[in-house]
Amino acid sequence: MVDLLVVLAVLALVVLLVTGPLRRGERGDEDDAERAQLEAARDAKYREIRDAELDHRTGKLSEADWRAQDRALRAEAVELLRRLDALSS
Amino acid sequence: MLVAGKACLILALAVCLYGIGASLYGARTGRREWVASGRRAVYALAGTTVVAFVILEAAFLRSDFGFQLVLGHSSTTTPAFYRATAIWSSQEGSLLLWLLLLSLWSSLILFATRRRLREVAPYAAAVLLGFGAFFTALLVFLESPFDQTPGVVPAEGVGLNPLLRHPSMMIHPPMLYSGYTLFAVPFAFAVGALIARRLDAEWIRSTRPFTLTAWFFLGVGIVLGARWSYSELGWGGYWAWDPVENASLMPWLTGTAFLHSVMIQEKRGMLKVWNVSLVLATGVLAILGTFLVRSGILESIHAFGASTLGIPFLVLIAAMVGGSIALVASRAAALRSDHRLDSLLSREAVFLLNNLVLVGLCVVIFWGTFFPLISEAITGREASVGPPWFDRFIVPLALMLVLLSGIGPLIAWRRATVANARRNFALPLGVAALACVGLAVAGAASEPPALIMFTLAAFVLAGMGQELWRGTRARRVMSGEPVPLAVVALIRRNRRRYGGYLVHSGIAVLFVGIAASSSFADERDVRLSPGQSVTVGGYDLTYVRPTAELRPASNGRLERIDFGADLRVARDGRSLGTLVTEKSYFPSSGPMLGPVSRYFEGEATSEVGLRAGWQRDLWTAVSPDIGELRPIVEEGDKVFSDSAASLPAEQRGALLAEALRGLTARYADDPPPATFRVLVSPMVTWIWIGALIVFAGALIALWPSPRALARRAAAGYAARVGRETRVRVPA
Repeated sequence: MVDLLVVLAVLALVVLLVTGPLRRGERGDEDDAERAQLEAARDAKYREIRDAELDHRTGKLSEADWRAQDRALRAEAVELLRRLDALSS
Repeated sequence: MLVAGKACLILALAVCLYGIGASLYGARTGRREWVASGRRAVYALAGTTVVAFVILEAAFLRSDFGFQLVLGHSSTTTPAFYRATAIWSSQEGSLLLWLLLLSLWSSLILFATRRRLREVAPYAAAVLLGFGAFFTALLVFLESPFDQTPGVVPAEGVGLNPLLRHPSMMIHPPMLYSGYTLFAVPFAFAVGALIARRLDAEWIRSTRPFTLTAWFFLGVGIVLGARWSYSELGWGGYWAWDPVENASLMPWLTGTAFLHSVMIQEKRGMLKVWNVSLVLATGVLAILGTFLVRSGILESIHAFGASTLGIPFLVLIAAMVGGSIALVASRAAALRSDHRLDSLLSREAVFLLNNLVLVGLCVVIFWGTFFPLISEAITGREASVGPPWFDRFIVPLALMLVLLSGIGPLIAWRRATVANARRNFALPLGVAALACVGLAVAGAASEPPALIMFTLAAFVLAGMGQELWRGTRARRVMSGEPVPLAVVALIRRNRRRYGGYLVHSGIAVLFVGIAASSSFADERDVRLSPGQSVTVGGYDLTYVRPTAELRPASNGRLERIDFGADLRVARDGRSLGTLVTEKSYFPSSGPMLGPVSRYFEGEATSEVGLRAGWQRDLWTAVSPDIGELRPIVEEGDKVFSDSAASLPAEQRGALLAEALRGLTARYADDPPPATFRVLVSPMVTWIWIGALIVFAGALIALWPSPRALARRAAAGYAARVGRETRVRVPA
C-alpha cells in the first residue's frame, strides 16, 4: 500500500512538472535569452581586457601589442554594451 | 519498498525517453514549450532517481535483508557509517549513484543555461537524457538494485568487503563518479554545439565551471584512491598502474589538456577542431572509465563474457566514438580557425605542446592498460605490462609537462621577443640552476631523472612566485595597498589566472614528491621473530611483541581477528617510539567452511604502521605466518562439526568464542616469525601537500567573480568599459 502511494505521488509530480510548459505554453522571452547571452559575452570580454592589461604589466605583452589588442577588445565590448542597451530600450 | 524503488526506475526510464523526444522535437520545430518540457524531464529524472536512491539507502541503514543487495553487501556488524555508504560497493548501487549524480549535475547546468544557448541546450539535454536512459535501462533490465531476497530472509548479511572499510574509500567513489558524470556535461554541450552549428566560445564559457568542477572532483577521487592504496592495501605504494586507477587518470589528462587549449579558442578563435575533439574524447574516456571499473574486463578477459554490462557499454562507447567522429567531420568548415599560429615562441605554441604531452600520456596509459586485451586478442595469451614499462614512457613525458607548466605562464601570447624572454625567464632559470647545482652536490645526481624533476620544479615555483610578485607590485602602484591586501585583491580580481598558477605550483610540488619517493626509496621484505631487528633507510626497527585480538562489532558479534606487531623504531641511536601494524581477518560466509577456519578464509586487510614526516615516511606492513596455526584451526573445525548437532546454538557460540580466544592467546604467547615489508620513502608527504595546493588553486579558479563587474552604468560606453574592467593600473 505504501509502495503504491509513493509511486502514485512520484508519478503525479513528474507528470505535473514535465507537462507544465505544454499546459501553460512557454513564454517566448527571446529578449531575456539574448540579454543573458550578451551579458555573459560582456563579462567574458571584460575578463579578456583585464587579462591583457595584466599580461602587459607583468611583461608578457609588448606595449604595441597590448595597445592594439586593448583597442580591439574595448571596441568589441562597446559593441556588446550598445546591443545590450538597445535591448533595454 | 522494493516495488516503489523498481517503479521509480521504470518511471525514470520513461521520463528519459520522453525528454529526448521532447527536446529534439522542440529544437527542430523551434517550439519553446517542448524544449522546456524536455528540460523539465531532466529535473524529473533527478527527482525519481533521488527517491529510488533514498529507498535503497534507507534499506541499507535499517539492514533490511529482504533487499538482496543489502544482504550481499551489508550486515548488522557493519558500522553505521559504512552501512550508509555500502550502497556503492555493489555493481547495482554504483550504477544508481552514477545515474543520481548525472541527473543532478545535468539539472544544474540546464537550469543555469535555461535562458542562454537556446539552440544548443535542447540537443545537450537530449544527450544527457540519452546517458540517463542508458544507465536507467541497465538498472531496470540487467542490474536491478531492487531484487527481493529469494526464500527465507536471513537474520545476517554477508557484510561489506573489508577492503572498503576505509574513510577515503567511502568518499573516493562519489568523487570519481562526480568527475565522470560532470565530464558528460561538456560532452553533451559540445555535441549540441556541433549539431546546432553554434561553434563560437559561448558553449565553452557556459560549461567551463562544470568542466573545471569535473576535473576537480576526478582529481580529488584519484588522490583519495592513492591515499587509500598507500595506507590500506599494503601495496607499499600510492600508485600501481592498476587498470582502475588508469581508467580515472585518462579523462583527467585529456580534461586538463582541454582546460588549457580552450583558452586559445577563447582568445584567438583557434584550435576549434582540437578542442571539440578533446572534450568529446574526455566524455568517451569518462564512460570508458566507468566501463572498466564496472565490467571487470581487465581483471580477466574471460570476465567479459560473463559480465552482463560488457556488450551494452561497448555499444554505447562505439556510438559515442562513431557519432563524435561523424559530427566533427561534417562540421569541418564551421570549425576552421579564425587565426593562425603567429610564432612557435608563443604561449599558444606552448599550450599546444602541453596538449600533445598530456594526450601522449593518455595514449601511453591507454596502451598499457589495454595491452592484456590486445595481446590476448593477437597471441591468445594474456600478457600485461608493469610499472617499469609505464616508467619508461611516463617519466620523460612528465618531465616535459612540468617544464611546460613553468614556461606557459611566463611566455607572451602571439610572439615572444628576446626582451620578453630575458625579463621573464632570467630569475626562474637562475633559481633552477642554483637548485640543480645544490641538489647535485647534495647527492641527487645519482638519480638524473629525479634531479631534472627537482630542477624543473624549482623553475616552476620561482616563475609562479615572480608572477605573483609582479602582479602585486602592479596593483600596489595604483592602490598603494600593503602587500598582503594587494595579493588578496589581485587574486580576487583574477581568480582564473592565479588559481591556475597555484595549480601549476601544486603540480610541481606533487611531482617533487613522486620523483623523490620513487627514486630514493629503500624497500625490504624481512622475516623477523620477536626481539629481532632490521635496519632500513637509516631506521632501526625491532619486532618487540606480537599482538592478537578478537574485535567485536557494535552489536557484540565478532567482526574480525587482528594479528599484528609492535615495532620499536630508532634512528641514529635515538628512540622514535613504537609503530603498530596489523592484519585483520574477516570471516567468510562460505557454507562449506568450518566454524573456525572461516575466520582465516575470508578477506584480510592490512593496517599499515606509518610514521609520516616532511622529509620521509617510514611505512611498514606485517604478514603474520598463520600457517603454523593451521593444525589448531583444523582441530577446532573438527571438534565443532562433531558437536554441532548436539549443542544448542547459544552454547556453541560461547564455545566458539572461547576457542578463538585460545587461538589468539596462543599466537600472542608463542608467535611464529612474521614477514614485514618495510619502506622508507622520502617526501611522500609532499605528494599530498602538492595535491592540496592543486585543489586549492582549482577552488580559487572556480569561485565566482564579484558581481560588481556586471553592474550597469549610465555613462558613455567607452568610459563604462574602462571603469568596469579597471585593474587599478593606469591605462
